[in-house]
Amino acid sequence: MSSDIDVVITGLGATTPLGGDVTSTWDALLAGRSGVRPLTHDWVEKYELPVKIASQLVVDPTEVLPRVEARRLDRSEQVAIVASRQAWQDAGHSDDTVDRQRLAVIIGTGIGGAITLLTQDDLLEQQGLRKVSPLTVPMLMPNGPAAHVGLELKAQAGVHAPVSACASGAEAIAWAYRMIKSGEADVVVAGGAEACITAIPVAGFSQARTMSTRNDEPEKASRPFDTGRDGFVLGEGAGIMVLERREFAEARGAKIYGRLAGIGTSADGYHITAPDPEGVGQSRAIAASLRSGGIDPSDVGHVNCHATSTPVGDVAETVAIRKAIGDHPVLTAPKGALGHLLGAAGAVEAIVTVLSIRDGVVPQTLNLENLDPAVSLDVVAGEPRKIKLDAAVNDSFGFGGHNVALAFTPA
Amino acid sequence: MSDNVLSGLAEIVEEVAGVAADDVTAEKSFVDDLDIDSLSMVEIAVQAEDKFGVKIPDDELANLKTVGDAVNYITSNK
Repeated sequence: MSSDIDVVITGLGATTPLGGDVTSTWDALLAGRSGVRPLTHDWVEKYELPVKIASQLVVDPTEVLPRVEARRLDRSEQVAIVASRQAWQDAGHSDDTVDRQRLAVIIGTGIGGAITLLTQDDLLEQQGLRKVSPLTVPMLMPNGPAAHVGLELKAQAGVHAPVSACASGAEAIAWAYRMIKSGEADVVVAGGAEACITAIPVAGFSQARTMSTRNDEPEKASRPFDTGRDGFVLGEGAGIMVLERREFAEARGAKIYGRLAGIGTSADGYHITAPDPEGVGQSRAIAASLRSGGIDPSDVGHVNCHATSTPVGDVAETVAIRKAIGDHPVLTAPKGALGHLLGAAGAVEAIVTVLSIRDGVVPQTLNLENLDPAVSLDVVAGEPRKIKLDAAVNDSFGFGGHNVALAFTPA
Repeated sequence: MSDNVLSGLAEIVEEVAGVAADDVTAEKSFVDDLDIDSLSMVEIAVQAEDKFGVKIPDDELANLKTVGDAVNYITSNK
């Protein structure tokens, strides 16, 4: 997509296990705090789940949203609304700053309204049809977060909801890039939302043997690239970016965080959950993001990794990075602190990548004490590292073999 | 018109739709005045059935345009 249109980032919003907004999340990440805490729900003991920890929101969305609004939304929709309002305000937008037919919303989720589905199924089973909420379907549908934000903003250029597991949030941002580049929209509100910390996702991921069971040390459980890693920690939250055509943003005097220079997507065609250990598909996505952004691999100073703290996935990603970029980029894996936000992960971590470029600092990979010798790349550990960045890549991969790479450059 | 039914219905409308109970008066239209959509009306009807021990079939619900219509229906059917 070689249009002359430039795509810039003008607003950021988030609610995460590290903070109720972008600033608090970023500060906590740099301070080396963890969002992982014990699960106190009764279903953990009831079903004897092997996983008793999760990365849980510090600010519950029901504390921020009016009561009646919150009761009409699934938790995944609540976090999308919270983060979108922050991003919209941060971008300096108001009712008349953009023609609604030139505004799109693209918000992905991995799981969708699982909590609503399960709650309403319980009501049906136990109390019958009359007790099932008429809002059940709009609350459980995976396009719900996008639809509610789109409705609030009256976005009419398009409202979309990519569903590609843990790549969904990044896929939404890649989609936004394509819409702006192709001239379909001037402004796109894009990102990911996830809130499915409940029994069946935890049970299912546990049965797939993908989750950490370091229950006695919650804050140390998520440890990407460390020799002691034993799986990911399930998280919840949302990350939203406002992306704009540069000329449009400049004409309205918007502040610009950075530039989404290029995007790359690919599919592994290898296995439904396991990544290709040779990283072929992942490296093709990374290489495509550089190509579409006109970025030379030697200019990429940093990769914000997908690394989820699983034994196989983390190493496969470094193989892909080496193939597509080389062995010079400085890596970090924010999931050490954030846990794995599934469909929101790519969006929250894209925000982190943009802030790394803006501030010239790469956060440490929390809990990285002994680097897996199979990695042999420079992974930031212990404390943040100051580094001026000309370009940085954010990786996101999902069950199903979905690969997305976003290449960011300074404003 | 029963004041007890009116105040009980007003509590339900406040709970479901966030309309202040004091604004839920007999002459108000659910849709035009209180901005209550069809999905919320279903919730209100189910809660009213439980609270007042009445049945509100869908074809009756469609006729309850105003708060007063609902209060009268509940009062004469409970």
